[in-house]
Amino acid sequence: MENNSVETALDQLDRAVANLRLTLDNADSVADAVHVASGGVVDPFVFRLAIFVLAIFVGYYVVWSVTPALHTPLMAVTNAISSVIVVGALLAVGISASGLATGFGFIALVLAAVNIFGGFLVTQRMLAMYKKKER
Amino acid sequence: MSVNLASFLYLVSGVLFIMALRGLSHPTTSRQGNTYGMVGMGIAILTTLALARPTLGGFFLILLGLAIGGGAGALIARRIAMTSMPQLVAAFHSLVGLAAVMVAAAAMYAPGSFGIGLVGAIHGQALVEMSLGVAIGAITFTGSVIAFLKLDGRMSGKPILLPMRHVVNAALGALLVLLIILLVGTQSYAVFWLIVLVSLALGVLLIIPIGGADMPVVVSMLNSYSGWAAAALGFTLGNLALIITGALVGSSGAILSYIMCKGMNRSFISVILGGFGGETAAAVDDGIERTVKQGSADDAAYLMANASKVIIVPGYGMAVAQAQHALRELADRLKANGVEVKYAIHPVAGRMPGHMNVLLAEANVPYDEVFELEDINSEFAQADVAYVIGANDVTNPSARDDKSSPIYGMPILDVDKAKTCLFVKRSLGSGYAGIDNTLFYKDGTMMLLGDAKKMTEDIVKAMDH
Repeated sequence: MENNSVETALDQLDRAVANLRLTLDNADSVADAVHVASGGVVDPFVFRLAIFVLAIFVGYYVVWSVTPALHTPLMAVTNAISSVIVVGALLAVGISASGLATGFGFIALVLAAVNIFGGFLVTQRMLAMYKKKER
Repeated sequence: MSVNLASFLYLVSGVLFIMALRGLSHPTTSRQGNTYGMVGMGIAILTTLALARPTLGGFFLILLGLAIGGGAGALIARRIAMTSMPQLVAAFHSLVGLAAVMVAAAAMYAPGSFGIGLVGAIHGQALVEMSLGVAIGAITFTGSVIAFLKLDGRMSGKPILLPMRHVVNAALGALLVLLIILLVGTQSYAVFWLIVLVSLALGVLLIIPIGGADMPVVVSMLNSYSGWAAAALGFTLGNLALIITGALVGSSGAILSYIMCKGMNRSFISVILGGFGGETAAAVDDGIERTVKQGSADDAAYLMANASKVIIVPGYGMAVAQAQHALRELADRLKANGVEVKYAIHPVAGRMPGHMNVLLAEANVPYDEVFELEDINSEFAQADVAYVIGANDVTNPSARDDKSSPIYGMPILDVDKAKTCLFVKRSLGSGYAGIDNTLFYKDGTMMLLGDAKKMTEDIVKAMDH
C-alpha cells in the first residue's frame, strides 16, 4: 500500500516534470516571438505572466500530490504563505510619503502578520500531532 | 540592494513556498516543509526591508505592526481548539482579503513607493491589476466573514435566498467591470472606493445563499480567491514571490473545491448558486411500516469485543460531541483484545477538507490506521462491525441504490456491507442534507441513540464487565 502510493506520487512527479518542460518550451517561444515583435524590448508583464502561468501548473501538480489526510494543514499553510502580501504593506509603511498610504499599509501589515504567525504556528501545531503507529 | 538581487531573492522564497506544499505529500516530510515555508517568508520580509530602506521611524512602525499582529496570531494559534479549525481558516482568509484591499489602497494613494507612477498618473495596466486585486480581495473578505459566522454557529447554516439574487449578482458584476474601466480613465479615489464597496456587497451576496452542508466547498473556494487576489497585486508590485504564491494558493484552493464537490457529487456551479442543504426534503411516505432495531451500550460492547475487525466511521457529529478521545480509548481497548481497528474517512466528513484526520491525530490516533474512502471501501465486506459515529449522509445507501434520491451518485462508505453496523445518533431525525437514511431500517443495523461521547464511554465501561 505504502509502496504503491509512493510509486503513484513519483509517477505524478514525472508527469509534472514532463509537462513543465513542455510549458517552459512554449513559454520560451512565446517570449522569443514577443522579443522580435517588440524590437528587442519585452514588457516585463510578459515575464510576470509566464511565471504566473508556470506557477499555476506547479501548484496544480504539487497540490494533487498532497495526501488527503493533510488537507487541513494544507489550507492553513497556503493561508500563511498568501500573507506574503506583507511585502506590499512593508513598502507602504517603509517608504510612503502620504500619511494615508502609511495608515493603510500599517493596517495591512498588522493583518498579514496575524496570518503569517497564526498560519505557520497552527500548521506546526497540527503537523506535530500526526504520529505513526508504535510498534 | 539592487533590484535584480531582490527579484532573485523573491524567486528563492517562491521556490521555498513550493517546497513547503511539496512536503505535505507525506506526514513525515510535512514538518520540514513547514520550516521551508517560514524561511521563505523570512527571506521575503528581509529582502523587502533591504529594498525599502525605511527611515528609523518607519522601521519602528514596521516592528510595532509585526509585533501586534504576530503576537495576536501566535496567541490564536496556540489557543484555538482543533474542532474550530474551519472557522479559524475562514477568519484567516478574511484577513488576507482585507490586507489585499489595504495594500491596494496604499498603492493608490502613494503609487511612487511602489514604482507604478505618480498620483493621478498611475500606469493603466497597474490600475487594472490593482482593481482586480482589490475586487477579489474585498469579495474574499466579506465572503469569509459570512463563512466564519456560519461555521461558528453565530449565523444559521440555512441558505438565505433573496429574490432575484442571480440578477442582482450579475448586475453587480457588470457594474464592477464598468467601474474598473472608469478608474483607468479617471484615476479617481471615489471610483476606487466604489469598487471596494460593490465588491464587499458582492462577497456577502455570493455566500449567504450557500447552505451549511456546502461550507467545505466555500472555505476551499475562498482559499482560492485569496490566492488570486495576492497574485493580482503581485503583478502590480512586480513581485515574483507574490505572483508565485498567488498562483500556488489559487490552484490549491481550486483543487480542494473540486475534490469536495466530487465528494458530494455536486457541480461547482450548483454549489455557488446556492440554496442546498436548508429546506427539509419531503419525507418519503411509501406506506410501509419501517422498523428500527435499537441497542444499548452493552449490546455494542459485546458485538465489538467478539469481532475480529472493526471499522470506525467518524463524522462531524464526533467533532461536535468532542468524542474523539473517548473513541481512541475504545479503539485501544479493542486492540488490546486482539481486534483489528481501522478508521474510514469520507472526503467531505467534517466542515473542511481533512478536518477529521486532524481531530483523530489530536486524539493520538496513528495516521497509518486512518484510511480514505477509496482505500478502505472494499474492506467493509470483511468487517464484523462498522461503528458510525457522527456521520450520516455519507453512509446513506440510497446515494448508491436509489436513483430518485437527491444525493444519488454521491460516493458513500459501504457500512451496510459490514456484518453489523452500529450507528450512534442523537435521535432518529434525518441528516444535514435533510434526507432520510435507509441504512437505519436495514437488518444489519443497530441504532445506538444518545450523545456520541457518552455512548462511546459507556461502551468502554460495558467492556469492563
